Amino acid sequence: MSQYTININGTAKNLEAAADTPLLWVLRDQLKLVGTKFGCGIGQCGACTVHLDGVPTRSCVTPISEVGSREVTTIEGLSKHGDHPLQQAWQELDVPQCGYCQAGQIMTAAALLKKSHKPTDQEIDAALDGNLCRCGTYLRIRAGIHRAAELAAQEAV
Amino acid sequence: MTLKTPINPARRDFLKTSAIAGGGLVLGFYFDAASGAGKVLAKSTPHDHAGEFRPNAFIRIAPDGKVTLISKQPEIGQGIKTSLPMVIAEELEVNWQDVVIVQGDLDPIYGSQSAGGSRSTPTNYEEFHKLGATARTLLIQAAALTWKLPAEELVARDSAVHHLASGRQLSYGKLAPIAAKLPVPPAEQVKLKDPQEFRLLGKRIGGVDNPAVVTGKPLFGIDVQLPGLLYATYVKSPAFAGKVVSANLDEIKRLPGVRDAFVIDGTANLKGLLPGVAIVADSTWAAFSARKQLKVSWDAGTVADQSWHGFAKQAEALYKQPAGEILRNDGDVEAALAKAEITVETKYRYPFISHASIEPQNATAWVKDGDIEIWAPTQNPEAGQKIVTEVLGIPKDKITLHITRSGGGFGRRLIPDYIIEAAAIAQRVNGPVKLTWTREDDLQHDQYRAGGFHYLRGGIDAAGRLSAWHNHFVTFSHPVFKDGKPVVELGAGANLSGDEFPGRWIPNCRIEHTALECGIPMGPWRAPRSNVLAWVFHSFIDELAHAAGKDPLAFRLELLGDKGFLPGTGDQGIPYDVNRMKHVLNHVAEKAEWGKKPFPRGQGQGIAFHFSHRGYIAQVAEVTVSKDGKLKVDRVVVSTDIGAQIVNLSGAENQVQGSVVDGLGALLLQELDIDKGRIVQSNFGDYPMIRMGDAPTKIEVHFLKTDFPVTGLGEPALPPLAPAVCNAIFAAIGVRVRELPLRKTDLSWS
Repeated sequence: MSQYTININGTAKNLEAAADTPLLWVLRDQLKLVGTKFGCGIGQCGACTVHLDGVPTRSCVTPISEVGSREVTTIEGLSKHGDHPLQQAWQELDVPQCGYCQAGQIMTAAALLKKSHKPTDQEIDAALDGNLCRCGTYLRIRAGIHRAAELAAQEAV
Repeated sequence: MTLKTPINPARRDFLKTSAIAGGGLVLGFYFDAASGAGKVLAKSTPHDHAGEFRPNAFIRIAPDGKVTLISKQPEIGQGIKTSLPMVIAEELEVNWQDVVIVQGDLDPIYGSQSAGGSRSTPTNYEEFHKLGATARTLLIQAAALTWKLPAEELVARDSAVHHLASGRQLSYGKLAPIAAKLPVPPAEQVKLKDPQEFRLLGKRIGGVDNPAVVTGKPLFGIDVQLPGLLYATYVKSPAFAGKVVSANLDEIKRLPGVRDAFVIDGTANLKGLLPGVAIVADSTWAAFSARKQLKVSWDAGTVADQSWHGFAKQAEALYKQPAGEILRNDGDVEAALAKAEITVETKYRYPFISHASIEPQNATAWVKDGDIEIWAPTQNPEAGQKIVTEVLGIPKDKITLHITRSGGGFGRRLIPDYIIEAAAIAQRVNGPVKLTWTREDDLQHDQYRAGGFHYLRGGIDAAGRLSAWHNHFVTFSHPVFKDGKPVVELGAGANLSGDEFPGRWIPNCRIEHTALECGIPMGPWRAPRSNVLAWVFHSFIDELAHAAGKDPLAFRLELLGDKGFLPGTGDQGIPYDVNRMKHVLNHVAEKAEWGKKPFPRGQGQGIAFHFSHRGYIAQVAEVTVSKDGKLKVDRVVVSTDIGAQIVNLSGAENQVQGSVVDGLGALLLQELDIDKGRIVQSNFGDYPMIRMGDAPTKIEVHFLKTDFPVTGLGEPALPPLAPAVCNAIFAAIGVRVRELPLRKTDLSWS
């Protein structure tokens, strides 16, 4: 077991964990931030996506020892009041079915919107390719990202 | 999540609660648990809980005006937690934004709580109208008493009762304590709303848990947190149902974070507690890490000799042998085939597939003084309770089961194997313990959609009509437990009805099956049997249409004919309304401009329909196949007849779109191989699932409003997708797909 100080959602957290513990399980079991989901454990489904310094990252294959001083952002920290344009658009368009994958979808989409303010369908498909939705809400996810881009543009005015 | 027991004063005996709840009258209605069908029974009993109005087990109106509605069915992504309470809210005349929905625990007061077979809507829809209307009637009566006015002069609207003539109004909160003391009116005094006056039903309403979903709040079984929670993993034999001969438990117990490791002998029940090794640890990761060091010697018995390759070889040998059971034998198939102008003979096959919900199976259990408390993402809480009693001997009234949201169901969570595993582990642990399956556990210990093999022959007569049909289906049976006793039966969804279309439409028709006994667990997968039989039969019908030189739509309409309503044959038969099917078929053809659009080579349209789960669905798919064989589904048009009312338009549309994407994913990609009695694939790397880029570009959904009863939509829109796409591929490039998954068929052309 080793000691780590991790910056999560704007707060520094001290914790003790085995070096190989994936960030996912530190978040879920130790910090009780369960919005980040376990799906496959091998970085194939995207349900565990968080941001490390703004870069979408699979927390299930990121050992705690490799997080370092990077800022970890989880779905709980994406916005202060749950009103990120994606979070608004997801509710407006009623995107989720079971909802299990959606935190990962939103985190991946949030990183895309930072890079590309008005992404095309092709850009969205490419960026979200690593996020499985077993319920098949892909058309609404795509529409939700377009809508969030609009909302973000309105907010920016 | 810190779990409070949801508001549920009536866990075990609803009627008793009135005594402790402070006078007044409780309860007009409860669901008849014995019938399981949600029959409302009127009882005049107290329903006043300290001024809170509780006209039935599903509705609570507090004096401060807060309206709480109980969702009884598990939410697995089908939207039931939103849609059924909408029905109550419609009749109750409350503002939807003022309503709080609470998931009910397992409790007989709610009637059947299983979510399967797309049954939740049809079995509850009418009763939920009555529940809401009864409460509204009582609130109006309370206002009538207060104002000393006839009830007929009052209207309920926007969570208040109004006297329009005088402009007065009383909020439901103010009326609640008065209504709580009134006797429940007899059913004939309760008037349901005219559907023309619905303000909520049929609208687009967002899922009630959406705010929590998009902000990552704890919702799912895997999110359960309790003080002192321990974490478990359970390792079973890779070859199904193998017994533990030995395991290096002492070594495992010494690993960091491990609290205990032990063998559970289990039973041979493939849907129950199979033998395995449990590791209990301080964290999920400590448990998962420890299992990497686990060495178990298994005794898998004869299942280890089973393989998909072996099954396929047996099926080939069995096709032309006499079948195990004849399901339908009309006319004389052999004579009709001999006489036919054109005959087509072919084979179709498809593999076992997994449910692969993204939330792996998990459950949390806590044994305290002979009682057990369970939190589970389940579609079938009753089955979870039953197996805990059967295997562990804990009586029903000592089991509390909290239903959490499920991260996908698709039929997987109807089987309670993971619940009994958690319960059995909890018996050896002091405190609460959460069992989490790895993805590998989930994929390799699923209750699979069975594979199957079909030998088909069809005959076209001189008039170009389908005159003969022969289907020999080679399918799978397995040993399971019924009420604790071992029996061998067909896998769930591995069956076929002699009524399955075109079973009653062709004068010379033989439908038969032969079962291969295997040791592979099988269970219901979204739209059981239909999910793949529709592909087989509507692909073959398409072959026959082309062989007859007829347009695939015209051929199907002619085949459906003028049969009107067909009752099912025997207990297991399928009643079928031919007019409803022709209605959706014609509708989808019109919307998709069937046959009216020119397609260049490499592009085409395909059509199919299927009746299942009380729903009549037809689909047209439009595809583009590139010269190098890459398939893109450009557009899918869906026409559905699921009765007189769409409850939640947004949710309904989402279910249909999801069914199309799910159906396409299974068609394109999903395949499990079986070798040495175990599943070869282990995770999403070797078991690919459909991703965004492969989803259809456009899915158009049409709901035909008819006069028929309101039915469910979790399943029936899935089956027609696969044949519609494969028929479109044939139209585009002339290649017939007869084996799933489709990725095994070369679609390149020049």
